[in-house]
Amino acid sequence: MQMLRALYSYRAFIAGSIVREFQAKYRNSLLGALWSILNPIAMIAVYTVIFSQIMRAKLPGVDSTFAYSIYLCSGILTWSLFSELTNRCINIFLDHANLIKKINFPRLCLPLIVLGSALLNFTIIFGIFTLFLVLSGNFPGWSFIAIFPILLIQMMFAMGLGLSLGILNVFFRDIGQFFGIFLQFWFWLTPIVYPITILPEQIRQVIELNPLTKLITAYQNILVHNLWPDWSTLWPVGLVAVLLCLWCLRLFRRRSGELVDEL
Amino acid sequence: MGTIHVHNVCKAYRQYPNRWARLLEWILPFLGVRHTVKPVLRNINIDVKQGEAVGIIGINGAGKSTLLKLITGTITPSSGSVSVTGRVAALLELGMGFHPDFTGRQNVYMSAQLLGYSVADIDRLMPEIETFAEIGSYLEQPVRVYSSGMQMRLAFSVATAHRPDVLIIDEALSVGDAYFQHKSFNRIREFRSLGTTLLIVSHDKAVIQAVCDRAVLLNAGEVAMEGPPEAVMDYYNALLAERGETRIEQEQTADGGVATQSGTGTVSIEAVKLVDLQGASVVEVQVGQPVSLLVRAQVHTATEQLVMGYMIKDRLGQTIYGTNTHHLNQTLYDLDQGAVIDFNAHFLVNLGEGSYSFSVALHASDTHIGGNYEWKDRALVFQVINVGKEHFVGSTWMAPTLEIKQ
Repeated sequence: MQMLRALYSYRAFIAGSIVREFQAKYRNSLLGALWSILNPIAMIAVYTVIFSQIMRAKLPGVDSTFAYSIYLCSGILTWSLFSELTNRCINIFLDHANLIKKINFPRLCLPLIVLGSALLNFTIIFGIFTLFLVLSGNFPGWSFIAIFPILLIQMMFAMGLGLSLGILNVFFRDIGQFFGIFLQFWFWLTPIVYPITILPEQIRQVIELNPLTKLITAYQNILVHNLWPDWSTLWPVGLVAVLLCLWCLRLFRRRSGELVDEL
Repeated sequence: MGTIHVHNVCKAYRQYPNRWARLLEWILPFLGVRHTVKPVLRNINIDVKQGEAVGIIGINGAGKSTLLKLITGTITPSSGSVSVTGRVAALLELGMGFHPDFTGRQNVYMSAQLLGYSVADIDRLMPEIETFAEIGSYLEQPVRVYSSGMQMRLAFSVATAHRPDVLIIDEALSVGDAYFQHKSFNRIREFRSLGTTLLIVSHDKAVIQAVCDRAVLLNAGEVAMEGPPEAVMDYYNALLAERGETRIEQEQTADGGVATQSGTGTVSIEAVKLVDLQGASVVEVQVGQPVSLLVRAQVHTATEQLVMGYMIKDRLGQTIYGTNTHHLNQTLYDLDQGAVIDFNAHFLVNLGEGSYSFSVALHASDTHIGGNYEWKDRALVFQVINVGKEHFVGSTWMAPTLEIKQ
């Protein structure tokens, strides 16, 4: 409770930092914030042109030119939110070591800034993607709103995991290095680029254990097939996400003193 | 509001022999403790009342910064308790959180938000910050084009924009030009008169004595002394001198007498002392004070001629004064082996404030080129302070008798 009040009194700092982080990226460029729109447009264009026009890639069972690019984008965009959050959370304490050692402020501001700025980036990219869906006549319909609860689960999962590892990373810097490698494998072990149906049965069972498989599949089902997500496969992931967050808080409470000493 | 209580505080850091040891201890705690505890602060008790100004002094590594960090709350004590009431502003490192690509004004917002101000507060304080920093149109330029002095001005103005209940200063004021130092000191004094509690870490004797009611001397993680600033500073200086001497000795053994000491060793310097009229050793001398330099020489091999010379150098190594017994027509002749000679040079310290050192030499003739027995640089370091004399600048004291005709 006290923690929340402290965070509330630092809301100006949190909001200001998110905005400044966004500005800092395009600070010395002529086009400024326009780049934040051009980048995702380019990405969506590349996938669409290459996969639907040049390679003529088709999703099994869907007869639409854009189906595969939508499939790809819905996976990659949400994956990159996940990887941005975890990657930044892992290094969050190391990156701000000087600040943490010298100034007394609520430490939880830092993850909130990371979350806020990742969400801002995601909103821009996903907004453009949604616009593309509407313009190309592929907007799924009402099931679209189901994306938001899934996003919530995904963010909690990413924050809980990233911050827990972030705390441990202060003591054992190997974790940050290892996670970078692990994330690459994780990407390919999640059905983002390929549909899970093309996998042999045994491997598919293994892939199904991956919590991100459920989340990403849900996004793809919504965006490509206009299917409401199967909540029974999602709540276990949500539970894991909540547990990770609780564990992370406990770890932080127990180790925060030692953490500053180690920085 | 504005009190500081530090009660029985210890701070120790864990040290592991290697990274694997920590992992083992975390994963298998039942296998026993693998770290060693390195204490930085031991049983610190400090109470500061509201409105009091306390100076903390101590040599590098005594634990001053650690103590300040404990009080500001960035680190937690291993045992004991720290409680501070009221709003704390800490000038531990100025310019924290400045982003080089943003303008001064944007950075003011950023760092003030980091201190917990709301945008409305900052809008209100902004004109005051602007006038105090006096950096003019640079305020709209990115901070990366600032000089370090300008950054410091801006950072100080932000940190002290609002009067805190407790102000903690860690030698931050040593940066900036004389004008701004003066200005920032005025602001600190003004805060004090309005009831702000001050905690200052400084090596500058003048600062501590001018501002503080009380001083605390930290040595090797413990409170070595606490009391009136003057008494504590004197004790600190003695501690420094002692340290200086041992360091010089260490240097001698390590260098094998290359830099600090040279010569044939025919006659050796046994002792060098600076004493006052009562014969007590001094490391701190007042302007104009009569003192004596005592040099004891020991003859190891019978020698025909012996001249003792000394030089006084300022902290930059410039010779201020030097002479020897040849020029004073007191060359000694035909000395037997084993003879012990005491040279005693009496003079008035007509020097300006600052730190000075003696170089002492024993040689055969007017210069040490003709037979150098022993030469010792920085044989002794002493401080000159101005007590009771009218203010002056420079390294010599040549007080005028002033006549004015109108």
